[in-house]
Amino acid sequence: MSTRRPWRAGALVLCIAWPAADAAPDVARGEQIYARCQACHALAYDRVGPRHCGLFGRVAGSVAQFGYSPAMRNSRIVWNDKSLDVFLAHPLKTVPGTTMTYAGIPDANERADLIAFLKHANDTLECANTRAATP
Amino acid sequence: MSFFQMPSPVVARRLFLGQSSAYLSGAAVALLAGNDALAAGSGAADATDVQILNTALGAELEAIAAYQLGAESKLLQKPVLDLAVTFQGHHKEHADVLARTIEKLGGKPVAAKAAYNFPADQLKSQADVLRFAARLEQGAVSAYLGAVPLFGNRDLSKAAASILGDEAMHWAVLRQALGEAPVPSAFMA
Repeated sequence: MSTRRPWRAGALVLCIAWPAADAAPDVARGEQIYARCQACHALAYDRVGPRHCGLFGRVAGSVAQFGYSPAMRNSRIVWNDKSLDVFLAHPLKTVPGTTMTYAGIPDANERADLIAFLKHANDTLECANTRAATP
Repeated sequence: MSFFQMPSPVVARRLFLGQSSAYLSGAAVALLAGNDALAAGSGAADATDVQILNTALGAELEAIAAYQLGAESKLLQKPVLDLAVTFQGHHKEHADVLARTIEKLGGKPVAAKAAYNFPADQLKSQADVLRFAARLEQGAVSAYLGAVPLFGNRDLSKAAASILGDEAMHWAVLRQALGEAPVPSAFMA
């Protein structure tokens, strides 16, 4: 009997028990992380920060009637997975002068989960109704 | 006049509470503005510090309006109503100190909005109002937590952490009132 087999079996157990670094983003976990954003943001309406419905594909600083910082208005960012990931990691470094004075989310997996939740939320009825009601 | 010379314990208590309140208010301003500390060079406040304070002020003003909505909703029964008014008072104190500090640092404090877009149509019971308030308080804790490491002046970080502690207590009490575990985890993020 090979002495290597127990090691292989152990490795198999580890593979099953340990989530891969590139595991698929978790929407439910992203929803929990979104609680941090809810000091200033809501999905369907503007608060201290702008609404998140309609976020993907939107030009930064473009929600009508919202009072953005000049820095955000002039950032030329288009919100997508990549730009959100960069911004959420270091909001103030990415857009110096933004009013989003938040240290950021350093954990890449947490950012991925949050972005997945935001994407999911944009497909919900709540956001659909917001889009329909927005002139 | 010494407390021992007071005509009654009630008078003594009133005087003590009045003096404590005045002392705490003054201390809070000193804590947040930290002029002495600024002069001592523990980290000069800069434009970013003023912006952080202004974002916090905006959120505090919104919280005041949110509690006003809850208080006027006729959905809150005593003693929950009293709790909401007390918490609103704390947010007013936070807002007042933040605004004065921003002015001291040469900034212009943001003003309260003429109207806030709260989901009033979704608040149909006391529990709905409590949940709404708890969500705002939880967010506020995270927001202050995210702001604390950003201040150039460490005294402002300390002051923001002081407000964070207060918001965390609000959140815990609101959760308790909802019948939820008041402190759901060992860490906040």
